[in-house]
Amino acid sequence: MSYLEYTVKHVPSGPRKILYLNWPLALLLAAVACVGFLMLYSVAGGSFSPWAEPQMKRFVMGFVLMLIVAMVPIWFWRNMAGVAFAGTLLLLLGVEFFGSVGKGAQRWIDLGFMRLQPSELAKITLVMILAAYYDWLPSHKKSRPFWVLIPVLLILLPVAMVLRQPDLGTSILLLAAGGGIMFLAGVHWAYFAAVIGAGVGLITAVFQSRGTEWQLLKDYQYRRIDTFLDPASDPLGAGYHITQSKIALGSGGWTGRGFMQGTQSRLNFLPEKHTDFIFTTLAEEFGFIGAFSLLTLYALIIVFCVVSALANKDRFASLLTLGIALNFFLFFAVNMSMVMGLAPVVGVPLPLVSFGGSAMLVLMLAFGLAQSAHVHRPRQGY
Amino acid sequence: MKRPRVDVEANHRLLTRRAAILGGVQLAFVGALGARMQFLQVDQADQFRLLAEENRINIRLIPPARGEIFDRNGVALARNVPSYRIVMVREDAGDIEASVEALGKLVTLDPDEVQRALAEMKRSAPFLPITVAEEVSWEDLSRVSVNAPALPGVTPEVGLSRVYPLGSDYAHVLGYVGPVSDFDLQRIEDPDQLLRIPRFQIGKVGVEAKIEENLRGKAGARRVEVNAAGRVMRELDRREGTPGSDLQLTIDSKLQSYVQARLNGESASAIVMDVENGDLLSICSAPTYDPNLFVRGISSRDYNMLTENKYRPLASKAVQGTYPPGSTFKMVTAMAALEEGLIGPDETVYCPGHLEVAGRRFHCWKRAGHGWVDLQNSLKQSCDIYYYDLAVKVGIEKISAMARRFGLGERHDIPMSAVAQGLMPTMDWKSRVHGQSWVVGDTVNASIGQGFLLSSPLQLAVMTARLASGTAVKPRLIKTIDGIEQPSGAGPSLGMNENNLRKMRRAMYATVNDRRGTAYGSRIIEDAVRMAGKTGTSQVRNITAAERRAGVVRNEDLPWERRDHALFVNFAPYDDPKIAVAVIVEHGGGGSKAAAPIARDVTLQALYGGEPPLEAYPTKDRDRIKQQQQVLRGIQPVANFAGRDQA
Repeated sequence: MSYLEYTVKHVPSGPRKILYLNWPLALLLAAVACVGFLMLYSVAGGSFSPWAEPQMKRFVMGFVLMLIVAMVPIWFWRNMAGVAFAGTLLLLLGVEFFGSVGKGAQRWIDLGFMRLQPSELAKITLVMILAAYYDWLPSHKKSRPFWVLIPVLLILLPVAMVLRQPDLGTSILLLAAGGGIMFLAGVHWAYFAAVIGAGVGLITAVFQSRGTEWQLLKDYQYRRIDTFLDPASDPLGAGYHITQSKIALGSGGWTGRGFMQGTQSRLNFLPEKHTDFIFTTLAEEFGFIGAFSLLTLYALIIVFCVVSALANKDRFASLLTLGIALNFFLFFAVNMSMVMGLAPVVGVPLPLVSFGGSAMLVLMLAFGLAQSAHVHRPRQGY
Repeated sequence: MKRPRVDVEANHRLLTRRAAILGGVQLAFVGALGARMQFLQVDQADQFRLLAEENRINIRLIPPARGEIFDRNGVALARNVPSYRIVMVREDAGDIEASVEALGKLVTLDPDEVQRALAEMKRSAPFLPITVAEEVSWEDLSRVSVNAPALPGVTPEVGLSRVYPLGSDYAHVLGYVGPVSDFDLQRIEDPDQLLRIPRFQIGKVGVEAKIEENLRGKAGARRVEVNAAGRVMRELDRREGTPGSDLQLTIDSKLQSYVQARLNGESASAIVMDVENGDLLSICSAPTYDPNLFVRGISSRDYNMLTENKYRPLASKAVQGTYPPGSTFKMVTAMAALEEGLIGPDETVYCPGHLEVAGRRFHCWKRAGHGWVDLQNSLKQSCDIYYYDLAVKVGIEKISAMARRFGLGERHDIPMSAVAQGLMPTMDWKSRVHGQSWVVGDTVNASIGQGFLLSSPLQLAVMTARLASGTAVKPRLIKTIDGIEQPSGAGPSLGMNENNLRKMRRAMYATVNDRRGTAYGSRIIEDAVRMAGKTGTSQVRNITAAERRAGVVRNEDLPWERRDHALFVNFAPYDDPKIAVAVIVEHGGGGSKAAAPIARDVTLQALYGGEPPLEAYPTKDRDRIKQQQQVLRGIQPVANFAGRDQA
């Protein structure tokens, strides 16, 4: 099915489009961003600089970007999917040669006015290209091995390049989001069962082989895996962050210690308190009530995206919206699991709350796409 | 491209189904996150709140002021005076090298100390203050304070440091304090947290070490909030500590300073003790040292000079030195015989100059012999044969038991380091320690304080005080702790026949005041303060038969280490005994010549409470004493030292 088949008169046009935006979603995004401003103000010791103020400017920029993207018809974005994906791959390649080093990994390209992280961009363009692929692919072919291999390669290409940076967190997110879209598109479940089975088998083999003659990894690699999986075994190194993070969370209690009263963050016991670990400050200062509220806001954003996607009969639009929602979910789920000691520490920020420019802009761009899908959804007739 | 409508519908249904599955997984994960939050923030909140408090709250100890020490009249002997040091904070100083250089233009800095401080500053956290100079004078400190704007990060700090105003006079009594060492920590079971404070000072020897518990006081504490790097953000609350107790000694500073000056130039020791209540009025050992050197950290050069000196300035000879008591022991032998009723005081013994006992010949110090001697004459002339004869009759067990009643062979309980027990042998002791049985020759040697016998000056003073008072008086050094009077040393009666005691005192009086007495040269002629005493000369070498035939080598012709020790014990005034004195001059030769004159000067000084009138001395001594008094006046410190600003 294609956009040409529904009549233009059923789709809003001109400035009126703004009335047809998914406003609840936009308001939820703004609410989460405000939580971010509040926390950045708090971790700076009650000051708008150096974090809260730039973050607010960026959010305004991002919000305008979202509106602009939303105004552009979704079919334009569908046509752009291939170009965007190719461009992203070029940028990822560019990072290899011109990238700036940050924390020992090449991650961004300095564009002068901002630092662009192509790996952030890859999360969106991968979703776009996969959605466009399954929109184009006749549905009876979707589970044939050749037609499964193509999206797998589309996923593995950016994953491999991001892994080289090396950015393990983002590559896992890319892998999961790509796999999620293939699942949503209806690829036969046996493929997923096979991949998951093989993964579990490989991991089991790696651990089973430890200490035997056919050991698959070197001893030091095992030790690295140990501290990665169980930071508590290295309380002064990797474990320090997780321990302090859990102390901050736990000491918040039901209602928290009060705005700007969190001793763990104020006295610098928390690592990266304005970026990856900002959730701990929220949990410390506003307690279970505050932390759970943020989780609810996030869940509502997912719910509104899913509702919008399922109401949309355009296959590209609904796959795109669901993919963006999945990406967003992976973002906060991995970050929260990490700071709560459920997952190893990988550098994933808390979406819309952590301080960070390109992550915020790319997210707002993604929600712009979801809004465009919402605004330009087919209203009646085929 | 057109697709059949039914295909579109089927696809959307599949998408919806798959989205529901994926949504369910996401919802379950959100539920898991919520449950984890609840577990951490609600179930375990108390535990984590506690951990957060432990993180941020640090307890810092506040060292208490150490108790001060005074003499019996309130003269300060150990005080705490403000000491100034200069500290630097790296983050405030910026360029630390430049700051140190600027500081060096104002005050003299020890280059080694500066190197150490610079290295430490670079190593430790930037906000920690590091000491650059210690024991800075008030003038230097003022100069630094005035120039503070030009010296960023440099601040003066005030602490307390221990000072001994009378310095070397009290080195052996008080000892000194020093920073806690690893050795100290190992030695103490369950050490006070205070001891872990860097450079915290504790008593190392002497009263400072023995009364440490009282002097130290209780630590105060302040609770501070620190950040992750350990920087103090603010003080939450503060509890002041309890300062250590002040001590008052029984020592009389004026007398102590005099005695120390009088012993100057000798390797000697002297004790002055109150015969009634046991108060130790003076405890001196010479040569001595300046304990203030140790507080500041003695240089290895100074320390080597002290340890390599053959007169052993670090040794507290008055209480830890042990010597054969020599003839000063004769009173004990005589009392043992008298109490047993074995002799009458008028019974005489013939002294031909030697005595055969069990096939061995024992000599009197006077080769020609004393002829017929009774108790008083034997003591007065220190005839040895008389006591050999008594000892063979009485036996070592009775003599040893009598010695113990006089406080010999007993470790007296005074808070000084290494108080000696001495040695009063018994038959049992010899077979136990030497694996040999006691022979009568041992008893003969013991009767005149030779052989196995060892006693300290303190023990001899106690013995003399007990003879003079007839009571089992015990020495006492601490008069008050925190203003509370400590138990007196006065003891019950010795339970000896008062007639016998009186005879002994009378004989001692004769020793000093009779023309033929061994200490006649050191008599006092002022009737109110006449003294009674006994000389002693203890051999530190065996005199061989060959040497005896050739004529005993005179002490003056021997190397210092092999000369006899000179001893003298006395009490005074004879009519109403107040003080007992014991003097030992190591390798000083004869007691009458080397020790008795010192004892007389000390006795007079003590009884007059200051410099005695020349009239107390025999006429022919007066010129010499007058000169001596002038010299001593010059080397005594000013007793009422205020210790204001001397470090």
